[in-house]
Amino acid sequence: MTLSFSALSAFSTKPRLGLAAGLLIAALLQVCSAGLDPYTTQVMIFAAINVILAVSLNLVMGETGQFSLCHAAFMAVGAYTSAMITGKALPSILPHFQWTGSSWASQISFLPVLLCAGLTAALAGLIVGGPSLRLRGDYLAMVTLGFGEIIRVLLQNTNVVGGARGMEGILPVTNLFWAVGGAVVTLYTMMALVRSTYGKGFHAVRDDEIAAAAMGIDTTSFKITAFVIGAFFAGIAGSLYAHAVEFISPEGFNFLRSFEIIVMVILGGMGRPVGVAVAAILVTLLNEWLRDLSGYRMVVYALIIILFMILRPGERLAPWWRQLVSRLPSLTRGSAGTKPEIPS
Amino acid sequence: MSSMESALLDVRNCSLRFGGLSALSDVSLTINPGELVGLIGPNGAGKTSLFNILTGVYQPTSGEILIEGRRSAGLPPHLISRLGMARTFQNIRLFGSLNVGMNVRTSFIARLHHGLIRSVRRGRTFRAEEDRISKEAGRLLAYFGLEEAATRPSRSLPYGDQRRLEIVRALAAKPRLLLLDEPAAGMNPSEKDQLRLLIARIRTEFGTAILLVEHDMKVVMGICERLIVLDQGRVIASGTPAEIRANPKVIAAYLGEPNKKGADR
Ligand SMILES: Nc1ncnc2c1ncn2[C@@H]1O[C@H](COP(=O)(O)OP(=O)(O)O)[C@@H](O)[C@H]1O
Ligand SMILES: [Mg+2]
Repeated sequence: MTLSFSALSAFSTKPRLGLAAGLLIAALLQVCSAGLDPYTTQVMIFAAINVILAVSLNLVMGETGQFSLCHAAFMAVGAYTSAMITGKALPSILPHFQWTGSSWASQISFLPVLLCAGLTAALAGLIVGGPSLRLRGDYLAMVTLGFGEIIRVLLQNTNVVGGARGMEGILPVTNLFWAVGGAVVTLYTMMALVRSTYGKGFHAVRDDEIAAAAMGIDTTSFKITAFVIGAFFAGIAGSLYAHAVEFISPEGFNFLRSFEIIVMVILGGMGRPVGVAVAAILVTLLNEWLRDLSGYRMVVYALIIILFMILRPGERLAPWWRQLVSRLPSLTRGSAGTKPEIPS
Repeated sequence: MSSMESALLDVRNCSLRFGGLSALSDVSLTINPGELVGLIGPNGAGKTSLFNILTGVYQPTSGEILIEGRRSAGLPPHLISRLGMARTFQNIRLFGSLNVGMNVRTSFIARLHHGLIRSVRRGRTFRAEEDRISKEAGRLLAYFGLEEAATRPSRSLPYGDQRRLEIVRALAAKPRLLLLDEPAAGMNPSEKDQLRLLIARIRTEFGTAILLVEHDMKVVMGICERLIVLDQGRVIASGTPAEIRANPKVIAAYLGEPNKKGADR
């Protein structure tokens, strides 16, 4: 616990140290996972995947202020791409290797597979975002909604990937190391990005596009970049998901899944990567509680969002949360804490 | 290109129509490097519209604009800005979610050496550049007396400081031409005096040419060496403050109106 706290505080002061600490935690979790029951492990993996999804969508919605309704579709692109690679391509190229979940061949080849999944999803992001991000908000919502449906229908009608029945028997390669490590890398990337001068471009676009352009900021390029990076990590999350549950079908990546990710971003306070990550974990746990409700889950989400909009706890939570985070370094290291950096 | 001879800004016969309404009709003007030019005219004369076609927010319906000899037609606003032009807005447009220092930092984005990948890798050259930007932004803020406010949310600044911050943000982009749209609006008299000094200082210390839209005659007449008067979208006069004051057309259109006091506000 203290370890993860110090990782979190390191994230905010020395990001690269935070990244190393986070990856170490992922490795330790993997080593200790033998002692965990499979259900707990599964829930932790789902939580980590949701962190990746929510934190990456946050770059688009929270940091850049663009509305996207197809995050689950990017996830699908990554999931199907990687399932095809590990299920069909790899075994046929290298038939003499042993392709089981825990074999070293599958574990080592998982990194390039994840990257392929991410890149394919990023390409999909470029194809949707490139033309449509020149449009204004409402159109973007419609285009992304449409794209999500197109992907789903395409998958349903493509026999190679199992059509509506989906793909099963996917190699169970995803473990705590890959999932938590993926979440750590995503969080690191997003935090490093939005803290850099370059990353302030996303915020400038969100706050005022006209002023941003007048300052020489290429607003379209920032929007497309956010979209593509978001899609990249969604693709990786999809790949992790496919290789965790061993079965994927087009229905698993429908609009409701996208909506679920949006809920996490909103609950996390839009534009606060750490808050969004926490919200993703909480929603995962809530999902497990509400498992029996199944269909009514969406009603619960909708109610939560409506309550959130009415009560606006974010505004009251925000100072409290910021205070906590700013105290973390001194809490964990007992040091004098933050140095005054001029424009932070 | 004969950039030595060409004016910093050359507006040739520009018109801008919104449906039936002519916001600008056949406007021509030039601004030379380092000049401080006042642009005046009653409300609705087309001053902000002129800024908007200069910065590419709108495309002129006809006519052309040359910035250091280069046509800006068809360029998106961010590329026009990179030709060396920065502006402030009549209705302040700061980045509300960013603090004061970060607002200034956004002006460095267009000239960054590091992009996405290097910002995530956070290597040595990246950190060196971030440090340099921090220092430069800090120095600019200090120069304009805003260093204390660097970590404050830009929204929380008093009105006059927000206007000043917008000027600092524009200057941080190192423009050769600075467009100021009613920077004294909403300021009290002492803030206005400060602003007058500030604008004069910007010109001398940064060598930036300035096109200043301002209603306050005291501010404009006091610091501008040349004035351009717009009325109903047309340039009706241009010359030194003394010439403008004596020009009957200007007096009729603007200064001589019964609400002269109102215009002075
Ligand atoms: N986006 C717009 N759409 C329609 N009319 C506009 C628009 N912008 C400005 N105008 C009109 O153009 C004229 C000039 O406005 P403006 O340039 O704002 O004047 P000024 O800045 O001198 O007060 C006004 O009549 C105004 O109503
Ligand atoms: Mg105006």
